Amino acid sequence: MSDEILIEGDAGFAAVAASERPLLSVSGLSKIYGARIGCIDVSFDVWPGEVLAIVGESGSGKTTLLNCISSRLAPTTGTVSYQMRDGRMGDVFRMSEAERRHLMRTDWGFVHQNPIDGLRMSVSAGANVGERLMAVGQRHYGSIRAEASEWLGRVEIDADRIDDQPRAFSGGMRQRLQIARNLVTEPRLVFMDEPTGGLDVSVQARLLDLLRGLVSDLGLSVIIVTHDLAVARLLSDRILVMKEGRVIESGLTDRVLDDPRAPYTQLLVSSILQV
Amino acid sequence: MSAQIATDAAPAIASYNFAYLDEQTKRMIRRAILKAIAIPGYQVPFASREMPMPYGWGTGGVQVTAAIIGPEDVLKVIDQGADDTTNAVSIRAFFAKVANVATTTRTMEATIIQTRHRIPETKLSAGQVLVYQVPIPEPLRFLEPRETETRKMHALEEYGLMHVKLYEDIARHGEISTTYAYPVMVEGRYVMDPSPTPKFDNPKMHRSEALQLFGAGREKRIYAVPPFTEVVSLDFEDHPFEIQTFDRPCALCAAENVYLDEVVLDDSGGRMFVCSDTDHCEDRRAQGHRGEMAGHPLETAK
Ligand SMILES: Nc1ncnc2c1ncn2[C@@H]1O[C@H](COP(=O)(O)OP(=O)(O)OP(=O)(O)O)[C@@H](O)[C@H]1O
Ligand SMILES: [Mg+2]
Repeated sequence: MSDEILIEGDAGFAAVAASERPLLSVSGLSKIYGARIGCIDVSFDVWPGEVLAIVGESGSGKTTLLNCISSRLAPTTGTVSYQMRDGRMGDVFRMSEAERRHLMRTDWGFVHQNPIDGLRMSVSAGANVGERLMAVGQRHYGSIRAEASEWLGRVEIDADRIDDQPRAFSGGMRQRLQIARNLVTEPRLVFMDEPTGGLDVSVQARLLDLLRGLVSDLGLSVIIVTHDLAVARLLSDRILVMKEGRVIESGLTDRVLDDPRAPYTQLLVSSILQV
Repeated sequence: MSAQIATDAAPAIASYNFAYLDEQTKRMIRRAILKAIAIPGYQVPFASREMPMPYGWGTGGVQVTAAIIGPEDVLKVIDQGADDTTNAVSIRAFFAKVANVATTTRTMEATIIQTRHRIPETKLSAGQVLVYQVPIPEPLRFLEPRETETRKMHALEEYGLMHVKLYEDIARHGEISTTYAYPVMVEGRYVMDPSPTPKFDNPKMHRSEALQLFGAGREKRIYAVPPFTEVVSLDFEDHPFEIQTFDRPCALCAAENVYLDEVVLDDSGGRMFVCSDTDHCEDRRAQGHRGEMAGHPLETAK
């Protein structure tokens, strides 16, 4: 049956030192929208430096799951705990709102599919990148600007665009700006919902290359939602496959894509061009 | 500001309750004022009433004044520093009629000063109340249009956005070009819009002996800076807050270090710079101070 749940990978890990404990741990998470199911009984861990892809067809609950674990949406049941910078595990839904919002703009990043949702369209690129720095108390204009400028460079936006508003940017540039805006505080965990979704193929490829470079340079942990298995193949270490709100298969990316076990995953994999 | 009630109203104005508003409404506004004083810089919602003047003409300030004024008070009203503009004259006349209070143009004599866009040059003293007319009370509004979000930002002291605005100023103009409604941090806690006063006046708010009350009629908010409160203008370490400076004294009274208005004298480009605070200027001239155009009749100047 396609409902059979095949989960591997967690058995061998016994939590000891902070570096050997998961960065994020999701347990029994469900989100019910009235009569409709968002996601059901999802549990998984994300390890420091790991890229986890959540794949599945439209309506399978990927965005719901991502929004719940990033605390943008309250789940119906379940817990999400996060290893704070001091090594302590914090229950994301039990934190004070101040603590959670602080986490969201320092140690976490969130890259929206549509850059308009993640940028301030009416302030300059430099201020978009510098905002988080100012939010955590930086008060030296020169150094905020220098840091913004460096980050624009890292996402391949010309330094002379620093005072332009994102309205004047192409879709790909906006998305790269959104990434810079998120990474400037050097978060340890970044959530991404279809970050290449609205872009055409060549722009997508460039963005994926850039993301891959940043993720490995910064040692980022990433949870990326995509319905594009090629994106998952390129970026992720591990995959969760969702269907009708449930995780029906999970495992190392190569294993899942080369040797899918659940019939539904086999169908998904066979229905796309191999990469 | 002695809290007298309706029975004290002069018989001549029996058709109005004392100070126009009914006692219930005044009590409601006073509660908002007390709360505002207790939490300096915090915007307290209140049930703003219709006043016999349109929004934008100081209905917030008028309601605050109406709630605190008593028969013994002496009221001064200024608009951009001047006592003699239509707006100032009509608000003064309004309270003279509905509260039968004495009015004055002299800063030192006033117990309540209602103001639009200026703080008097004469240092205010303990016991005086400065009532500001406020159009837009929310300093975060222009960058964050959602009220739910700005409230949360105040609650959680998330004020990074204020510096985003100042950053934009410097990026665009090489300096912080905000000259009016320059945001301040009150008592190290709430960021506040000082209403559209020139930033020149910001330092006067800091540890002022007078009570400062702010009323926004259309936006239904009251906030306050109690006496001796810390009021610090936001800035960057490498772009510190500075007030406007003028390279000449007042042309009428020779005052320096005051806020000057440019006055066009004729069609051929003649102009002069004079005190925006008309009472301060008149006071100095009465004391014998003479500027370079002191002989010039004020009527044509204004
Ligand atoms: N706010 C909501 N109210 C009611 N139902 C919702 C809401 N948001 C999502 N759903 C439902 O929850 C289910 C999962 O939706 P979700 O957006 O998480 O899917 P998805 O996998 O991200 O899809 P897509 O690939 O199209 O973005 C769908 O049936 C959807 O209709
Ligand atoms: Mg989605």
